[in-house]
Amino acid sequence: MCLGIPGKIIEIYQKDFLRMAKIDFGGIFKEVCLAYTPEASVGDYALIHVGFAISLMEAEEARETLKLIKEVAEFENEIP
Amino acid sequence: MKYLDEYRDPAKVKSLLDKIQSIITRHWVIMEICGGQTHAFLQHGLDAMLPSQVELVHGPGCPVCVTPLEQIDRAISIASRPDVIFTSYGDMLRVPGSTKNLFGVRAQGGEVRVVYSPLEAVQIAEANPAKQIVFFAIGFETTAPANAMAVLQARKKNIKNFSVLVSHVRVPPAMEAIFRAKANRVQAFLAAGHVCAIMGFHEYPPLAEKYHVPVVVTGFEPVDLLNGLLAAVKQLESGRAVAENQYQRAVRFEGNESAQRAIRTVFQSVDRKWRGIGIIPQSGWGLRPEFAEFDAEKRFDLHKILSEESPLCIAGEILQGLKKPLQCAAFGKECTPQMPLGAPMVSAEGACAAYHTYHRDVVYERV
Amino acid sequence: MSEFDLEGYTCPLPYRPTDRVVLGHGSGGTLSDDLLHRLFLPGLGTAAPRSLDDAAVLSMDGQQYAITTDSHVVSPLFFPGGDIGRLAICGTVNDLAMVGAIPLSLTCGFVIEEGLSFDVLQSVVKSMQEAAQEAGVYIAAGDTKVVQKGGVDKLFINTSGIGKIADGINISGAKATEGDVILVSGTIGDHGIAVLSAREGLGFETTLESDVAPLNHLVQTMIQAGEIHVLRDPTRGGLATSLVEIAEQSNVTIEIDEQALPFKPAVKAACEMLGFDPLYIANEGKLVAFVKESDAVKILEMMRKTNHGREAAIIGGVIGSGRSQVRLKTIIGGTRLVDMLPGEMLPRIC
Repeated sequence: MCLGIPGKIIEIYQKDFLRMAKIDFGGIFKEVCLAYTPEASVGDYALIHVGFAISLMEAEEARETLKLIKEVAEFENEIP
Repeated sequence: MKYLDEYRDPAKVKSLLDKIQSIITRHWVIMEICGGQTHAFLQHGLDAMLPSQVELVHGPGCPVCVTPLEQIDRAISIASRPDVIFTSYGDMLRVPGSTKNLFGVRAQGGEVRVVYSPLEAVQIAEANPAKQIVFFAIGFETTAPANAMAVLQARKKNIKNFSVLVSHVRVPPAMEAIFRAKANRVQAFLAAGHVCAIMGFHEYPPLAEKYHVPVVVTGFEPVDLLNGLLAAVKQLESGRAVAENQYQRAVRFEGNESAQRAIRTVFQSVDRKWRGIGIIPQSGWGLRPEFAEFDAEKRFDLHKILSEESPLCIAGEILQGLKKPLQCAAFGKECTPQMPLGAPMVSAEGACAAYHTYHRDVVYERV
Repeated sequence: MSEFDLEGYTCPLPYRPTDRVVLGHGSGGTLSDDLLHRLFLPGLGTAAPRSLDDAAVLSMDGQQYAITTDSHVVSPLFFPGGDIGRLAICGTVNDLAMVGAIPLSLTCGFVIEEGLSFDVLQSVVKSMQEAAQEAGVYIAAGDTKVVQKGGVDKLFINTSGIGKIADGINISGAKATEGDVILVSGTIGDHGIAVLSAREGLGFETTLESDVAPLNHLVQTMIQAGEIHVLRDPTRGGLATSLVEIAEQSNVTIEIDEQALPFKPAVKAACEMLGFDPLYIANEGKLVAFVKESDAVKILEMMRKTNHGREAAIIGGVIGSGRSQVRLKTIIGGTRLVDMLPGEMLPRIC
């Protein structure tokens, strides 16, 4: 129920009493509201849903997840 | 796209599928709550790649599908007024009301506009002072902070011609209702990742313990879905039943506090009717009394609407995972995406529509 | 909280499409199909079109000709990479090219909303002139109507075209054959997303441009290089709709490899953001071709040497006949079916 996709914050500014950002989704740029990610900085990746950043992507966590999967694969390959 | 493409890697998908296959020893019934997760399973053909012992059932996590008929009819009534610009998220436009949908209102001259963000609706209100702008504030917890902000903005900027038609629903009461239902077959849940990004998942450990059902917070990409499934199967195989997080890059235990604050400021818990299921107590959000001036249901004179239930549509059973769309007698015949009998066939996220669009074969081919 | 019975709840009344045309009827999906088959074709009776290809093939004095018509109502009039004028010329030129015809000339009818500025009109006409020159056609006849404010949305253009088909050319949606290789001439979804970016509400910033272009020269190059069975320019409804239509016309099973589909990254990003499936997004300067298996490599090579075929790619093939189906092998190795959309694609929140 939640079409949320990750995008990179490339600019932050104030507009209409709100903290807004320009987000780069990979060639598509959209204005998004940062009211719910007050800790966000330029360069961060955020999860965007209906024009709002609802969470910041944790790079460390992402790396861990992908590393674990790689280990699963390597373990599987070792089994004769 | 970063944080997206890596989670669609076919090699990672294969190793996760193999891992699940290697540890599973019996049939398990697992429900994915969110319509977006259902859509992802079917869009990638992932559901047909799962080990045969995994039975995936699709939950009621489609806010478009579960919006009560009465709310749709109210929306249509408001949108039909000549002084109103009715704004909505795109997927609501095709949902059938008693006699037509919002597209039909457009065809009859009503002004209905699709917005991507609720803030756009507020901007439209500012730009059109002579009209009444109404925003259809539907969704689960994920969308609530955004919808709340529209109301807060309207208040801050003293905008008098803006109101919202609210139909918010909450996930945990629905999950509990499913747990408690006599015919419940679900043994583990894949919880909705983005709902949890907002609300955290502190409501789940007590549910997991009380009903002895594993609850795994899961994302939306193939690798995320399989991570969630793997964790659920591991728990089931070992007899454990706890709440755990398999979407760590986006979800934290406590969730998003500023978003939760905004929700608490604007909304309060109410009973909500879920289309195809019925009333689930305290399962929705409505505007708090201090924001009553923005409540479209109070601003407009809406007559009581009665609706007849169609005996053919089994949405209730589908939304609880008791039946699959393919088991419905009307599926693909009387009920298709062009002529939907019920909500799960209308919304792109609805289980029935997803099945129809992606799998018209009655024979469920396994790759 | 007392236990309650979840079973037995059923759906409210169904919505039945009634007596009015809705936007979805123009989207190129099943609603459009429905309008055609339930209203237009029966209504026209013996006066109805004989084939449902992009252009109709007529025989006159032993020579084959193609004739077609198209109306252009795009909004906004000017979008990144093009405008309604360029679209009007290329759309009709391409419809003729899709049955292997060499376009000869076009007609052009303008319906103009009172109040439209001369500057705008002049810009549009200039685009038409440039596109016509590129395609090598001229406008043989035209018409202009002006309607009151509100009568049309600024400007609508209708173009019809006539072309000549050389002997031995027999290209049609009904000619797909088992074993055929399926090619596209370049990246998919550029036009639809470029137009969307310029629209209010759903707008976003991008350097993406529409791909609107005349494809008749590309088609002639392809015909010289090998045996072509089917050509289609996937406009409204996108690649998916064209493939489904061809599968139905030829009664074949098509398999497409999602990994092989060429997309610009910005198109993928926009689709992810809005919840669109790029397979259904309109293209105005691309074609999909079903070619004889043994000629595929040669045709591809020649396409890549042309201006509008540089990013041509093999995307799949016809894997069976006797049953009409379009299958997609997904990037993760799964399979799913591809069908037509009911009507307009709507941005999702879910």
